[in-house]
Amino acid sequence: MDSFIVISLIKIFVVFGALMTILAYLQWVERKVIAHIQVRPGPYRVGPHGLLQPLADVVKLITKEDLIPPYVNKTLYLAAPFVAMTMALLSIAVIPFGPKIPVFGYQTYMELADLNFGVLFVLAVSSMGIYGIVLAGWSSNNKYALLGGLRSSAQMISYELPLALAIAAPLLISNTLSLRKLVETQDGWLWNWNLFHGFQYVSFIVFMIAAFAETNRIPFDLPEAENELVAGFHTEYSSMKFASFFMAEYANMITVSCMATLLFLGGWVAPWPAAYGSGYVPVAIFAVAGVVTIWRGLNPRRARDRFTFPPFGVVFLVAAAVFLVPLLQSMLLPLFWFCAKTGAILFLFMWIRGTLPRFRYDQLMGFAWKILFPIAMLNLLATGLAVALFS
Amino acid sequence: MDLILFIVFALIAVVAAINVVVQRHPISSAVSLIAVMGSLAVLYLLLGAEFLAAAQVIVYAGAIMVLFVFVIMLLNAGGETKAGRSFVASLLGVPVLVALLILLTYFTARIYPRQTEVHFGGFRGGTAQAVGRALFTTYLLPFEITSILILIAIVGAIVLARKELE
Repeated sequence: MDSFIVISLIKIFVVFGALMTILAYLQWVERKVIAHIQVRPGPYRVGPHGLLQPLADVVKLITKEDLIPPYVNKTLYLAAPFVAMTMALLSIAVIPFGPKIPVFGYQTYMELADLNFGVLFVLAVSSMGIYGIVLAGWSSNNKYALLGGLRSSAQMISYELPLALAIAAPLLISNTLSLRKLVETQDGWLWNWNLFHGFQYVSFIVFMIAAFAETNRIPFDLPEAENELVAGFHTEYSSMKFASFFMAEYANMITVSCMATLLFLGGWVAPWPAAYGSGYVPVAIFAVAGVVTIWRGLNPRRARDRFTFPPFGVVFLVAAAVFLVPLLQSMLLPLFWFCAKTGAILFLFMWIRGTLPRFRYDQLMGFAWKILFPIAMLNLLATGLAVALFS
Repeated sequence: MDLILFIVFALIAVVAAINVVVQRHPISSAVSLIAVMGSLAVLYLLLGAEFLAAAQVIVYAGAIMVLFVFVIMLLNAGGETKAGRSFVASLLGVPVLVALLILLTYFTARIYPRQTEVHFGGFRGGTAQAVGRALFTTYLLPFEITSILILIAIVGAIVLARKELE
């Protein structure tokens, strides 16, 4: 019992620390990706390639004046960012990042809590996350914020239905509600993943569209449409309270990407079994990256490349060597595949933000109820029929 | 541990429920109601009814209460004004409430004596599988009738809304 508490505490610290760092740097990655889509360099001043920009942003946001307008409903105004942040971070607790691993003689799972209704837990927590936005919009006592909050609640209710229906289809195929068992049913080859195994292309696409709407991302970011609503629900917020809405959005993005990975893309399992050498993929990737970087450093195109490239090459080679250590391999390999898949979906979020314009409000609602919902319903029916016939 | 959690969340549920009635502003009442739903979900979870707990949060605290808050915000309902209170109500309100609670406790204790005391986590039928099986075998007919009932309500709502449009 005691060792369980100690291990859980360690895991909580590790996951929380990693999540916070990723949240800060995800924003840097997004700014860079969008900048390159728009053919500009993006953040470049603070640190090499703007790498210290997140740190500077955190310092800026903390030291900014924390303004509370006199006309707000104080209790709810102060509670709203807290609710948004808590609910956004809570669902990471049930996300499994890897299988059972030995750590200093203890066998432990690479997740904080293994609930056998994990999928329902994530749905429940995400449905509670709306209140952060809605209450922020209402308590600000500002017409733009109120409109943002109203839009948000209508949008979330509408898109939660196709989201839940799209989640139900892979659950039917895997026949479980536990996120851990869900991944275990997709083990083995690429075509065992729910996306390919059950022809879940339709539900994957519906899930991703609904997920964009649930996380208030472009093209569904109507609650904060700048050209209509100033800044939407967080118009009246400043300093860290504004930052917590920002972080909540990114945390929700991460959760949704993790869910897509677990439900459709096989979670932490490699695309092909370890017997066929999937364990050497990260080693190969890092080794090739290291060799190329060092070679470019030795034959520099620019004068400074001679000094900046070789250190990175060494770092890559060390990373490749770390993946060969048998003790760490059992932990790092699942984590590598999980991060690779989740990262790919996160990149999709940024790519689409750089590509698509915003929906008009009536289009948004019509799309949810008249197109997405019937498609998700038909897909669930077809999947249910297929499962009943073939299993 | 179970008992501490039960006492904490039962207290939150009761205090929030009283707050729903006491608060003047509809939004504050709605937020208190969300707290009630949330702590009820925790109580279900303590009993081992995990599916019910998740459904409680998703359906009640999530969907239905968001709709409540949405409507309150849409109508921009202000705070309740103090209505003239009747003399009889202010005189008899508290005693009658206490008497009612005592009667309720008494009859509950009489009908369900000590043997059927609730044990934390002792209930094994709360998983999604068990609930699903019960719904589609033992309670199939009530389940289907309920869904038709809800369908009728949806159709009725649409008919009413269309009439107003014309």
